[in-house]
Amino acid sequence: MQTTILEVNELRTYFPIRKGILQRTAGYVKAVDGVSFRVNKGEVFGIVGESGCGKSTTGRSILQLIKPTGGEVIFEGQDVTRLNEEAMRRLRRDMQIVFQDPFASLNPRHKVSKILEEPLLVHGFGTVRERREKVAELIETVGLNASQLERYPHQFSGGQRQRIAIARALMLRPKLIIADEPVSALDVSIQSQILNLMQDLQQSFQLTYVFIAHDLSVIKHFCDRVAVMYLGQIVEMADKESLYSEPRHPYTKALLSAVPNPDPEGPRERIILEGEVPSPANMPQGCVFHTRCPMAEERCRHERPVLEQTSHNHAVACHLYASPAV
Amino acid sequence: MAEPLMTIQNLQTHFVTDKGAVPAVDGIDLHIRKGEIVGIVGESGCGKSVTSLSIMGLLPKPAGTIAGGHIYFKGEDLAVTRERRMQALRGNEISMIFQEPMTSLNPLMTIGEQISESLRIHRRMSRKEAWRESIAMLDKVGICRAESIVREYPHQLSGGMRQRVMIAIALCCEPELLIADEPTTALDVTIQAQILDLMKKLNEETGTAILMITHDLGVVAETCHRVVVMYAGKVVEEGSVKDIFYKPRHPYTRGLIRSIPKMDSDGGRLYSIPGSVPLPGTITEGCRFAPRCEHAYERCRTEIPELQGEEPGHRSRCWL
Repeated sequence: MQTTILEVNELRTYFPIRKGILQRTAGYVKAVDGVSFRVNKGEVFGIVGESGCGKSTTGRSILQLIKPTGGEVIFEGQDVTRLNEEAMRRLRRDMQIVFQDPFASLNPRHKVSKILEEPLLVHGFGTVRERREKVAELIETVGLNASQLERYPHQFSGGQRQRIAIARALMLRPKLIIADEPVSALDVSIQSQILNLMQDLQQSFQLTYVFIAHDLSVIKHFCDRVAVMYLGQIVEMADKESLYSEPRHPYTKALLSAVPNPDPEGPRERIILEGEVPSPANMPQGCVFHTRCPMAEERCRHERPVLEQTSHNHAVACHLYASPAV
Repeated sequence: MAEPLMTIQNLQTHFVTDKGAVPAVDGIDLHIRKGEIVGIVGESGCGKSVTSLSIMGLLPKPAGTIAGGHIYFKGEDLAVTRERRMQALRGNEISMIFQEPMTSLNPLMTIGEQISESLRIHRRMSRKEAWRESIAMLDKVGICRAESIVREYPHQLSGGMRQRVMIAIALCCEPELLIADEPTTALDVTIQAQILDLMKKLNEETGTAILMITHDLGVVAETCHRVVVMYAGKVVEEGSVKDIFYKPRHPYTRGLIRSIPKMDSDGGRLYSIPGSVPLPGTITEGCRFAPRCEHAYERCRTEIPELQGEEPGHRSRCWL
């Protein structure tokens, strides 16, 4: 039996839009609007979607880096949205994050040794000597050299910096790592090095990943289960094989067909979506995708479909599948 | 075979830094024919963008200079052309679109004014004619509501729309060559698919040759007829798109193709090229790729191989 490590229920994160000199709230940007999923221990859960779909906000809301407006985030049985700051700080040992831009996420004024030691200091780990040993051990784990500890971030390449960011996330031996576009700023040849490293670390540290990315082929390669987000909602969620071989939601189908195929004579059946993603400040009524959906019917314009299980481990939020009347 | 529209011979572009002149582009040769789409692929720092800036005469002055070689465009050597003449060529005969459309559009001018501007300068149209033509151009690049979009400002448009506007401006003077530097890198996949489709369509309809600069092999496979692979300032392989994807010769090209996660693969380990791209100016001897190459032997470390090949059009720079 698999154990659930993370459970997200009806997560909502809204950002107020303020207007006028009194800064009155004129409306909300619904960045994440009712997202629910479970992540099992030891699995890689992927969240994929285009810019503005709320995938990064979801990741940050789980860690309480952005305070969610509503819903629950249950990590190992504890609802983290109700914890006070001190309890949350202690819990962060178990939940870490790796960001997209390794140039912006490392302090340029600190040496690598200090960057890596900091989480240990914050959480009061060991003596000076123990900390130093631990830092030296982890830098080797991520494929760098202990002799590079006295350098500054700018002396490293993008891929090496991402290794440092990963080492920092691992310092406290977390159980869950949220990786927010960890390879999208890297060159292809470096991207595969980092993905392989993350795969190795998952084994040796028994990690669970929530892997957020916009690149469908990276997600396909790396994840076990995948949720597809559009405008703050999960429109489809399934096992990787099932999602990629039988996508159900019209958005997922279009998304998969849009990926450029690195085979000049490979099959190309492209569903080109018309128009653009609506603004999350002014969401369409009914199904969020109906404005661009080639299959939209009258019902889609009024009634928002809910995410429903259509077969084992495959859920979709679309009227075309949900109701038996179709 | 059609006469090449542009031929680059042994182009060398240097950047002056406090450590001396660094060759960002180190003797490249390439050509593009009329109506052709040629891709330049490579990772960051390989010199692909510097190549495009050299062609356009837009190198940051005074740090970047063309230190040698020729860029023949319809018989004229752009490497030595005066700025005055370049201004006439840019926009008229060679246009360029960049990765980030927001930074290349003027935020204080309406879309219509920006398209009209180049029509009035290069095609000497009247204000009225230019305005009408602007609307027609927007229509052509697939912008609906063109009549109202001409009155809007860049910030009112989405990323995909802005890139369409950039393409409209680039194409309004019917250039013979369009240089597209990572035109879809900042866009989402569904929007990327729209833009690539548009570029292919315009290429077929107008016969504008496109030099497509990208790091994304998927984009190359989708759009290009021929491909030039660059590594550390040099061309390491060139060939037709099929040559490059089905019969890659250079170990770097092969590594690059093997390291992309494929949609039809299932997990497992990815191939990865060990090490990282050398900083410009750090390698002086032998093949640039030798330190990362699993087949490298003694000769690779001391001598630079020539770009050569048995089949016509497919050449690679490797001793193997």
